[in-house]
Amino acid sequence: MEKEYIITIFSENKVGLLNQVTTIFTCRNINIESVTASESAISGIHRYTIVVHTDQEKIEKVVKQIEKKVDVLKAYVYTLDQVVQQEIAMYRVRRSASIEHIVRKFNVRVLEVGEDYMVLEKTGHASETRELFENLKPHGLLQFVRSGVVSLPKSDAEREDLHHYLSLHDPQYGNY
Amino acid sequence: MSITTIDTAIEPRILTGSQAIIESIIAEGTDVMFGYPGGQVIPIYDALYDYTDRIHHVLVRHEQAAVHAAEGYARATGRVGVCMVTSGPGATNAVTGLADAMMDSTPVVLISGQVSASLLGTDSFQETNFVGITQAVTKWNIQVKRAEDIPDAISRAFYIARSGRPGPVVVDITKDAQVARTPFKYSRTENIRSYVSRPEVDIRSIEDAVQLINLSRRPMALVGQGVQLAGAEKELLAFLEKSGMPAASTLLGLSSLPSSHPQNVGMLGMHGNYGPNVKNRECDLLVAIGMRFDDRVTGRVEDFGINAKVVHLEIDPSEVNKLIYADVPVIGDIKDTLPMITERISGGKYEEWIDEFRACYDVEYEKIIREETCPTSGAVRMGEVVHKISTAVRDSAIMVTDVGQHQMMAARYFKYYNPRSIITSGGLGTMGYGLPAAIGAKLGMPGKRVCLFVGDGGFQMNIQELCTILQTRVGVKIILLNNGYLGMVRQWQELFFNERYSFTTLVNPDFSLIAAANGIEYARVEKRDDLDAAIERMFFHDDAFIMEVKVDSGENVFPMVPAGAAVTDIMLE
Ligand SMILES: Cc1ncc(C[n+]2csc(CCOP(=O)(O)OP(=O)(O)O)c2C)c(N)n1
Ligand SMILES: [Mg+2]
Repeated sequence: MEKEYIITIFSENKVGLLNQVTTIFTCRNINIESVTASESAISGIHRYTIVVHTDQEKIEKVVKQIEKKVDVLKAYVYTLDQVVQQEIAMYRVRRSASIEHIVRKFNVRVLEVGEDYMVLEKTGHASETRELFENLKPHGLLQFVRSGVVSLPKSDAEREDLHHYLSLHDPQYGNY
Repeated sequence: MSITTIDTAIEPRILTGSQAIIESIIAEGTDVMFGYPGGQVIPIYDALYDYTDRIHHVLVRHEQAAVHAAEGYARATGRVGVCMVTSGPGATNAVTGLADAMMDSTPVVLISGQVSASLLGTDSFQETNFVGITQAVTKWNIQVKRAEDIPDAISRAFYIARSGRPGPVVVDITKDAQVARTPFKYSRTENIRSYVSRPEVDIRSIEDAVQLINLSRRPMALVGQGVQLAGAEKELLAFLEKSGMPAASTLLGLSSLPSSHPQNVGMLGMHGNYGPNVKNRECDLLVAIGMRFDDRVTGRVEDFGINAKVVHLEIDPSEVNKLIYADVPVIGDIKDTLPMITERISGGKYEEWIDEFRACYDVEYEKIIREETCPTSGAVRMGEVVHKISTAVRDSAIMVTDVGQHQMMAARYFKYYNPRSIITSGGLGTMGYGLPAAIGAKLGMPGKRVCLFVGDGGFQMNIQELCTILQTRVGVKIILLNNGYLGMVRQWQELFFNERYSFTTLVNPDFSLIAAANGIEYARVEKRDDLDAAIERMFFHDDAFIMEVKVDSGENVFPMVPAGAAVTDIMLE
């Protein structure tokens, strides 16, 4: 059965690695819904969060192929109920009374107010940012952007596993 | 003199990047390399000029052949094959070789020249994004833009190429890095934190495997190239002899176990032996050892081992459950895991079960093998040539093949005595592989006879390498099995495309003239009666030799599992 999976990847900061990772999905004809990448809590190690829609069997194979990449330290796969996830969306809208009403109703943060425009921010799940998008559309929505998902697992397993891995394979671990 | 003064006395030498490249590959034990010069590697070639006493550079005639030769060297010796090409066209010519090495887990390091760092991304002369192009066909690659990064990049490249599941690695080095100066200090890489070369063995997986093996009544071991890559031939033998189970090999796994071993029941797969295919359904346990269930081995996967539990011993976790579900995956280096299993199993004997395979062999012998290897009338057959050569060389040879019918015939009818005595392109099935791979194998193992079986089609795909043989004097024995066809394709056209032989007929050159032009001794065999004398002449001669045999143009390779069919539906005719 197809559903959404969130994959977290810890890797070296190597040129072209993101491309290598995304190729693994394209080879298996899996569409990537979103990608975010940034440095992780451990300096020098990057963290990717990738959201895909696929089935259990495929995702397991894909994760093993990702981990096989020489520059990837570890990859973990989660279903939505195993993580807390957020994404951020920004909206540039024309100022009007109806907008102010929506701002209050949806608990939106106002980032900037210009002479005739406002920039709003909403964090939440895709469904929430999308809902706000739909609500703003008839009221002078000028521009819209949404980030990829970032997520943290609810359990300690990932943290402990990564710690265990690094203490085994990185003689410098602990000295960072 | 105290130790400290010695230490300070060894100031790191200042070398050019090019010298650092050569010193690094020498530090890795390289004594032979294959390459072709060009604009973006001239500085490296210039440096190489001063190292000819320490490293034998073989000038090939096409960069594809440089990689295949490095592969042949690696497969014959177990060491890393090294090759070097220039940027742009030189590099792209090497891509097929890399893809081949990737598929067959062959340790190769390719050094490619690249335009200067300041020109990268500007479409400058002979620039290609080689790191981008080779991403899918290398185990790892890296671009080096500073001379001081060269030793570490090469050290990592060798470590990654040879360790874990081996594979090809590209080190792409810009021209400015080749000419800049750098203090040189080399240390061999022993660990990369993001890369686990030898996974820790989970003892529970061993215990689970032991339990299944002890309970099994009709087990079969499936032996892959992983055994030879791990250097675990002795461990395999110990396991088989204690467990008593029959063992069948993949194409690349063939020489892991001597052909004559009483438990060896032959080759798996599309043109493998009858027994290990047809008995698949009766097995209650498959112990896969360093193999990856290629579709040429499994036939239709849904039908493969339907009544069997599967124990899969594998170093690469991504191979487990990729195609065939493993009831017990045993992740680890076979050199570690096999003895752990052997030690714990109670041991068995499967005489009657193995006799069933022997009965299958007898059927196959009557229907196919006798006529193929010992015909008394009609045109010369590929199988009989292979059989006669194998008998002549016994345990002294490494057999290399190209791709096609002759490859399957050679694999089937050659007898293996020693590990690493078959070198063939399995996963990619690269025509043109054989000749350069044979050159590499011979240079790696000069004391062995290297016999190449090659078709008239594939021979012409890298035929320019005959001149490498001339220039470098490499004593390979080339057995050209000329059937006047792209035989393997012709066979499929005959069997599955209503005998419509669309563009598979070959009008060939006079190979005797080609041999003569390259200064290579030559014999042509058209009749069965001339075969023995020609073979004798070929092996009596010290140098390279081409023996062209006109073989039956209409013969097919059997048995055969038709594409997409279950292995148990193997056809004997
Ligand atoms: C580079 C490449 N091109 C095409 C093929 C497809 N192919 C596989 S076997 C074969 C025929 C080989 O003919 P030949 O070398 O004469 O060997 P034979 O089968 O006749 O023994 C072909 C064309 C291939 N494997 N590799
Ligand atoms: Mg042919």
